[in-house]
Amino acid sequence: MAPTVLIEKLQKRYGSVEAVKDVSFEVEPGEIFGLLGPNGAGKTTTIRCLCTLAKPDAGKLEVSGISVINNPRAVRQRLGYVAQEVALDKVLTGRELLQLQAALYHLPRNLAKQRIDRILGVLGLQEYADKKTGNYSGGLRKRLDLACGLLHKPDVLVLDEPTVGLDIETRVVVWDFLRQLRAEGTTVLITSHYLEEIDALASRVAIIDRGVVIAQGTPSELKDRVGGDRITVRIREFSPIEEAQKAKDMLEAMPFVQEVIINPAQGNSLNLVVKPQSDALITIQQALLDADLPTFGIAQSRPSLDDVYLAATGRTLVDAELAAAGSRDPKAERKQNMR
Amino acid sequence: MSGTVTPEKSAISWQASAVEEVDASITTRPIDDFFQETLALTRRLFIQLKRRPSTLIAGIIQPLMWLVLFGALFQNAPQGLFGNNLSYGQFLGAGVIVFTAFAGALNAGLPVMFDREFGFLNRLLVAPLTSRFSIVIASAIYIVTLSFIQTAVIVIASAFLGAGLPGPLGLVTIGLIVFLLVLGVTGLSLGLTFALPGHVELIAVIFVTNLPLLFASTALAPLSFMPKWLQIVASLNPLSYAIEPIRYLYLHSDWSLSSVVLQAPWGNITFQGALLVLIDFAAVVLLAIQPLLRRRFA
Repeated sequence: MAPTVLIEKLQKRYGSVEAVKDVSFEVEPGEIFGLLGPNGAGKTTTIRCLCTLAKPDAGKLEVSGISVINNPRAVRQRLGYVAQEVALDKVLTGRELLQLQAALYHLPRNLAKQRIDRILGVLGLQEYADKKTGNYSGGLRKRLDLACGLLHKPDVLVLDEPTVGLDIETRVVVWDFLRQLRAEGTTVLITSHYLEEIDALASRVAIIDRGVVIAQGTPSELKDRVGGDRITVRIREFSPIEEAQKAKDMLEAMPFVQEVIINPAQGNSLNLVVKPQSDALITIQQALLDADLPTFGIAQSRPSLDDVYLAATGRTLVDAELAAAGSRDPKAERKQNMR
Repeated sequence: MSGTVTPEKSAISWQASAVEEVDASITTRPIDDFFQETLALTRRLFIQLKRRPSTLIAGIIQPLMWLVLFGALFQNAPQGLFGNNLSYGQFLGAGVIVFTAFAGALNAGLPVMFDREFGFLNRLLVAPLTSRFSIVIASAIYIVTLSFIQTAVIVIASAFLGAGLPGPLGLVTIGLIVFLLVLGVTGLSLGLTFALPGHVELIAVIFVTNLPLLFASTALAPLSFMPKWLQIVASLNPLSYAIEPIRYLYLHSDWSLSSVVLQAPWGNITFQGALLVLIDFAAVVLLAIQPLLRRRFA
């Protein structure tokens, strides 16, 4: 059986900017696949190529075995695309927009009516259905947009940064809904620069950086590959640097400790990478006690996807975000995305 | 309306559907699909019109003001100045009909431009439209309908103001002329919409096109009033080829296709000659924008 989405060696440049250099991944039927990376990494460009909004320079793209380049119309029928920025016609009501959407996907009238009633129910939109979308809140708009993407029962729902700009409560609603879709077997491709979002939803993930996929697998696999557990030690709420340095020297001498970094952003807390070991916390706490140092807080965790990103690129996602924010030209990008 | 209203965890499933449904695999003919999408896109524009009728209302008030105020401006001009026993009000009607249709059609691209800018067009472009020209055709149907409504109002108002009323065939011919002009100008406007970067530029172009084309036509004054160079410009202006036949059939109940309607510096233009120019104009514009639309829609 063909994968629902296949992307192989995708390349796309805009003028002198190589937005996508080498992106390959496959989305299997029934999974939520996450495309994780900082802003400007090439996620949206990849999605635009897949959804026939941009012409790739090179590479192979298929949806359910159908070539995006050779047969774009058949692919469009099988894709449900929910863009990052919700574009609704604010004069239309939710129901009218769904009716338009149904006609654009050529659903017969009575089928369209059934589907619209059902999807309004599924997304809890009934009481807003006959109100103009101009009066909708951000969360309602996103839900209506999701409804539009699902109405024609696509093979794959493609979500570009689905929760950017949403309040936390709405974000949880969207997440719950996506989990429900997954439970029903809907295939979803989702891009995000929120680690938690991908960690919470995706069964498999590709991490993309500067137009290249740098790691791929289940979140668990990727974390295992980085290896080691993370321990954060806070001696005091705000530790003096001498004390932190003293503790650092001491902890570095321990055989199971691989690395110690002092984090001034968190009151000189100590960030440790350790070999997984069951008594690590007790051992460290005992050592601090023996050296007459207090322990304000201590916590152990598995590596996060951020650690995966850090290991592959040498910088954290947050740093990459900040660097990207400075070098981007939002106006030029808007223009690029306009047709 | 609050966005934090959490929808109840829905028990309704989306994918699995026990009560499915009408057979979704019915294969329809492409022509039916094309009608369906064009109709839906047109319907959207008319819903917008119904909920925001201000453009249409203004579009009706404006030509009426032209008729009343501009007509009054030259009321005391010497009798016969604009032709035998002709008042300026009678002369002006045809010009207002054509100019109103022209200005409306020139704005046809604006809603499409806003769709481009707000990303709504992307929604249409990711949909499996049979032909993306349904987007263009929906705009054209909408604008032509508006122009017909405006034209009807102007014709009726002119009749009340004493310009008379052409016979049924004359009215149909006015409709045809308005249709041809609107088709060409709508094509021009949509072409500009996809060639220009944003609505600011589009509005600027509309602004500088609008009035010059009006003044460089026979809408407000006959060719004989103009200096030679302006006569040449006005005789190259498609608007004149819409205005003069309409004016002629208003003033001559015995008009025919071979009647001379415009005396251009290089020779006489007949009624059918003017119609041919309008057909050519529309055809040339529609052909010229094809490559542009194809590139944008590819």
